Amino acid sequence: MVEEIGTTDEGDLIINIGPQHPATHGVLHLVITLNGETVRKVEPHLGYIHRSIEKMCESLSYRQFIYSTSRMDYLSSHINNHCCAMTVEKGLQLEVPERAAVIRILMDELTRIASHVLWWGAMAMDIGAFTPFFHAFREREMINDIMEETCGARLTMNYMVPGGVQFDLHPNFHRRVKAFVKQLRNKLPEYDELVTHNAIFKSRTKGVGILSKEDAISYGCSGPTARASGVDCDIRKTYPYEGYEKLQFEQAMSTDGDTYSRYLVRMVEMRQSLSIIEQLIDNIPEGDFQAKTKAVLKLPKGEFYSRVETARGEFGVYIVSEGGTTPYRIKFRSPGFSNLSALDHTVRGQKIGDLVAIMGSFDLVIPDIDR
Amino acid sequence: MWSFSKLTDLIHAWLYETFSPAWALALEMVMVGVAAIGLFAMLGLVLVIMERKVSAYMQIRLGPNRVGPKGMLQSLADTLKLLVKEGMTPNGVDRVLFNLAPLVAMIAAMLLLAPIAFAKDFQIWDLNIGVLYITAISSLNVIAILMAGWSSNNKYSLLGAMRSGAQIVSYELSAGLSILTIVVLSGSLQISDIVTSQSNGWWIFKGHIPAIIAFVIFLIAATAETNRAPFDMAEAESELTGGFHTEYSGMKFALFFLAEYINVFVVCAVGATLFLGGWMPLHIGSLDWFNHAMDYIPSSIWFFGKTFFLIFVMMWFRWTFPRLRIDQLLTLEWKYLLPIGMVNILLVTVIAILKWHF
Repeated sequence: MVEEIGTTDEGDLIINIGPQHPATHGVLHLVITLNGETVRKVEPHLGYIHRSIEKMCESLSYRQFIYSTSRMDYLSSHINNHCCAMTVEKGLQLEVPERAAVIRILMDELTRIASHVLWWGAMAMDIGAFTPFFHAFREREMINDIMEETCGARLTMNYMVPGGVQFDLHPNFHRRVKAFVKQLRNKLPEYDELVTHNAIFKSRTKGVGILSKEDAISYGCSGPTARASGVDCDIRKTYPYEGYEKLQFEQAMSTDGDTYSRYLVRMVEMRQSLSIIEQLIDNIPEGDFQAKTKAVLKLPKGEFYSRVETARGEFGVYIVSEGGTTPYRIKFRSPGFSNLSALDHTVRGQKIGDLVAIMGSFDLVIPDIDR
Repeated sequence: MWSFSKLTDLIHAWLYETFSPAWALALEMVMVGVAAIGLFAMLGLVLVIMERKVSAYMQIRLGPNRVGPKGMLQSLADTLKLLVKEGMTPNGVDRVLFNLAPLVAMIAAMLLLAPIAFAKDFQIWDLNIGVLYITAISSLNVIAILMAGWSSNNKYSLLGAMRSGAQIVSYELSAGLSILTIVVLSGSLQISDIVTSQSNGWWIFKGHIPAIIAFVIFLIAATAETNRAPFDMAEAESELTGGFHTEYSGMKFALFFLAEYINVFVVCAVGATLFLGGWMPLHIGSLDWFNHAMDYIPSSIWFFGKTFFLIFVMMWFRWTFPRLRIDQLLTLEWKYLLPIGMVNILLVTVIAILKWHF
């Protein structure tokens, strides 16, 4: 790993950022080679929070394994659960009731907003402004309260099950979501004023950490990170699922590929998610919230794959079934891992302060990278 | 008008009556020293709680509210905690420099309190080169930071210290130039003279636009010189964890912390003295009833009010702005502030020679 002296032959300084460091937002370990303030190389070291979730899932039933996926990308557990449930439904050829599908989309979009709001605060904090973090938590708290009422949990919801959702919506759900949408619509201009239009923030992010379209594709980036580079990759648009094709929303895109455009894409996405929620909240169809399923689920022999758009990008679940009650093999495609792989390429030649800003704009969630 | 001079004169007379002149002088020095240390400690406590309350207000939190009324004794409890903490010295550090650095930082900060006029006739040492003294002593701070960063044997500390060195040395020029504008206008380096020169109006009003430009540059340079956000490169929590004081803990860390806050107070006090009239009340031309009413407010309240207003502005900066990058920081200084400051001082000189100021 790192030599005792901590310098390379050319006299560059080698610094360990992490596994415990305020900028990594988790136990990510970056070994960076510095020439003065300029970053020469970044080497991510993973494995500090590896829990071998994929292997654990092989011994869990098709109902149980979904719960462990909440612990991967803990900021979008609904969407992870959703993808797993969809894959199992694909295997069972199960139709989800209309009401369940709408509830799922609502929950997904609320989760996306919660994740983006938290990212907004954390990104501002990486760049050195502390106040936005607390403002972000004010809005995120409202979503957590909504989730708590309906799902019974605030972070690892485990709400999506094969065939629909676990419980019906709480009677307060409608009112609370409306209040939240109103609140965030009021506060988003404030967010812009505090961070987006700030001259220092702009100078720190504009033209910093440019990821070209070709590189974004070849590194397998997805989500806002890739869309900021002009890659047309919103799964909700390109491979619609669960009725996203019926909704009206724009795919947030940019072509600059720098840190600021990655920031803007997420800000636009928050507004798009709000408009999706507004379209659906008054039109939740009546009916069952869960399809009738057998007590023990058995998938037919075969391979099943489905993908969704999480707050960080494309999340895929690949199940190989031998026809039993547990999967033979499970593989998750996590967006964070691919996005992290582009970090070294993007950061080279930038300053150490930019490294932190670029990492913030990639929105890395470490348990998602290290499963 | 209230004045501290009556009290100090009384003590002075009594001391010289009771003791021989040598003893009286020694006793006076001890009293002044004790008062300065007391002020130093008080300011530290007040500023820390103020920062926490201001940041809490801006971050829609309550802030400390458990110790004492409305949490006002929180910093006292913190100090107590830091006092009883073990002062760790990591392996491989340069012990002499490592232990000396916090002391240098604190001594430099304390020396700065000497020439500041806290109220009318209430000044520890009214030396004739007061402004020069302040600029000279405030440069000592960078030595403490470089010592701390170099001796810590930590790469984060080293980077933080090097950043801080580059930053403070650069911004001293701008701060010096903007201080010089007022020296040119008032024609004196002595703090008491500068304050009296503002008896018919503060320099920020009398000096036309150049004085306002100088004030803005001074505020930016002062924020940078005290290593506070958006110029907190030396600490940069999200980049360098703790910067130059990463390895410090306990009371040694507290000394750095205290020195930072005293430096903030001193630069704000200098700003208030030079641009906002120090302890001089607000006077408007020939509006006599207003001027008389203003005179009834004690001079110490004027001084501390102005200083704490500037401190609040600096805290406002800190809790609103993101951090600049090191190269942008130096660009701002060398490409913008310094040329503007130089042109500005030429303008001020012309104004002063032609006596265009009020």
